[in-house]
Amino acid sequence: MYNQTEILKDTSELGAEGELVINMGPQHPATHGVLHLVVTLNGETIKKIEPHLGYIHRSIEKMCESLTYRQFIYVTSRMDYLSSHINNLGCALLVEKGMAIEVPDRAKYVRVILSELTRIASHELWLGAMAMDLGAFTPFFYAFREREMITDIMEDTCGARLTMNYIVPGGLMYDIHPDFQKKVKAFITQFKSKVNEYEDLVTNNVIFQSRTKGVGILSAEDAISYGCTGPVARASGVSCDIRKIYPYEVYDKVEFDEVLETAGDSFARYMVRVKEMNQSIRIIEQLIDNIPEGDFVGKTKNVLKLPKGEFYTRVETARGELGVFVVSEGGTTPHRIKFRSPGFSNLSVLNHIAAGSKIGDLMASMGTLDLVIPDIDR
Amino acid sequence: MELRENIAGNEPFPGIVHETPGGGIVVSTFDSVINWARSNSLWPLSFATSCCGIEMMSTASAKYDFSRFGFEVARASPRQADVIIIAGTIVNKMAPVLKRLYDQMADPKYVIAMGACAISGGPFFYNTYSVVKGADHIIPVDVYIPGCPPRPEALLHSLISLQEKIKLGMTREQIRGEFKG
Amino acid sequence: MTNEEIKEYISSIAPAASFDETGEWLNVIIESTQLKPTMAALRTGKMQMNYLFCLTCVDFKTHLTMVYHLSATTHRQSIVIKSNLNREQAVIETVCDIWRTAEFLEREVFEMFGVDFTNHPDLRKLILEDDFKGYPLRKDFEDPINMIKL
Repeated sequence: MYNQTEILKDTSELGAEGELVINMGPQHPATHGVLHLVVTLNGETIKKIEPHLGYIHRSIEKMCESLTYRQFIYVTSRMDYLSSHINNLGCALLVEKGMAIEVPDRAKYVRVILSELTRIASHELWLGAMAMDLGAFTPFFYAFREREMITDIMEDTCGARLTMNYIVPGGLMYDIHPDFQKKVKAFITQFKSKVNEYEDLVTNNVIFQSRTKGVGILSAEDAISYGCTGPVARASGVSCDIRKIYPYEVYDKVEFDEVLETAGDSFARYMVRVKEMNQSIRIIEQLIDNIPEGDFVGKTKNVLKLPKGEFYTRVETARGELGVFVVSEGGTTPHRIKFRSPGFSNLSVLNHIAAGSKIGDLMASMGTLDLVIPDIDR
Repeated sequence: MELRENIAGNEPFPGIVHETPGGGIVVSTFDSVINWARSNSLWPLSFATSCCGIEMMSTASAKYDFSRFGFEVARASPRQADVIIIAGTIVNKMAPVLKRLYDQMADPKYVIAMGACAISGGPFFYNTYSVVKGADHIIPVDVYIPGCPPRPEALLHSLISLQEKIKLGMTREQIRGEFKG
Repeated sequence: MTNEEIKEYISSIAPAASFDETGEWLNVIIESTQLKPTMAALRTGKMQMNYLFCLTCVDFKTHLTMVYHLSATTHRQSIVIKSNLNREQAVIETVCDIWRTAEFLEREVFEMFGVDFTNHPDLRKLILEDDFKGYPLRKDFEDPINMIKL
């Protein structure tokens, strides 16, 4: 029924003696999903890496051409499932921009708080998984302890733990749970008391530092030329936080720093994400006590139709800039949707930073790039 | 639990123990003892394609620990694993890889289809040109878990149901084995 | 830079360009043969657009349109460059040597729409299977097995 796909077709470039071509993936514990890397090795030194994608290509862009503007938002939750609120927010912002819908303040505050909680949950899981790749199993369980507190809050308010379909064009689907503020404050207290554990266990560990310092260096011009965004570019000194440059919702009313490092190696990418978690806590603290009363959703028609034209919005997910580009012909379904995913551009940098290093360094570089493969394949 | 009580009665240990001075004698059939031992020590293969993989990782971590039930280590190599938990969507390009992994596993092997995508294509059923509408088009499945994604407790329930099925001798593999000889 | 200055600058490089200011950003529509000199001038000239953040293709039923979204890290202004292509023979010059991010993005447009990019270092399928027939994101793609009827 299905053709056997030849995994290794290109045998013409087997070069000098001593070169070996191996497959990493698609099923591999360290690739975090189904990524197939064809690695050309000389001993243990890597000569070339070629990613083969498409093992989770679910044809989302074609599918969205048959879904209405209220339905296509929830398919994006399954794209980059670790920052599902932020993906939904990007799509809802696009529909609101196209149809000029007013969003009440209560909805804006809650959407930003949920986005920042999602960002912290995503970075926690990244921390656990990356430490596990390098051989340390304990931070995985500590990270999931905090993540379980966040998914508990999400379950009370949104009804689901991972793919929370809660944001609609115009605001929220229903009001927040009465215990929402109390639980978020309890989470903030717990997080602040435990954040030193990560410092002691991972950051100050001599083995971790020598495996990540000086490994996978990416310069600023290369980061811009390859189109990298998010923590990968910020660790090389490129200022690209969408929340600061093109602020949306209430990000222009809160105070937070954009975390920049200049070294460009894996340790810098690690430090950027850890510091971003602290900045997200700062944002939540400023907003959690001041949620205004009022409606949680603006007035919209039941059937949404975008006017004829093209629209583009961008949001800052945990991995970088997600852009949603819609071409509309005036009907109830979009004519063409393109999702500019952050992982696609971040992955193209892998050959550049890992060629010439060893396999152990490849694990450190790939772990700090923080790839989620369904986001790349769409 | 309900399945076993309805069919076979609720006994914690397969076999009847007769007390004798200086020890005891256990009378049982080989099949029940082997099934009991196999079901309590199933090692899963780490095969997570998309979102359901995160719920599988949550089930493996400290809050909903599944190593209490015997799923102690998740092996990376299919030669050393007993059960494959298909967590995520299967697409046309991944289908031969899944078949190859299943063929590489040693008997006895069991399959759990986790999530709506692995059961029937899930939210990606209509208007997609590359999704396999259900993992049972490729390999035979023993337990199906609905949900998108299913809660960790649902995954634990399905693991326990698989254990019950093995103890009763009702998985596909055991039924086929009986008819052969 | 204001829209007028940008229009003058681009008209001096590609005289046949037309402009469309109905959207959020300035849209520039140029011929496919003029694409490479315009892009090179935008990258190295006084506008210094060093960030290509979106490269895609849209299928209007009579023709295909390539869409490039450009921005700069210094002055954060964005413009959109478009180019219309013939459906039967969709050929355009690559921009890989100007922005490295175009390597993967153009491969994806090649397999989904069938647009041929000349001088691309490595043009082959990226996401679909190697023996996939047809160009899925075109509007006339029909697949009776998988019930696609759009």
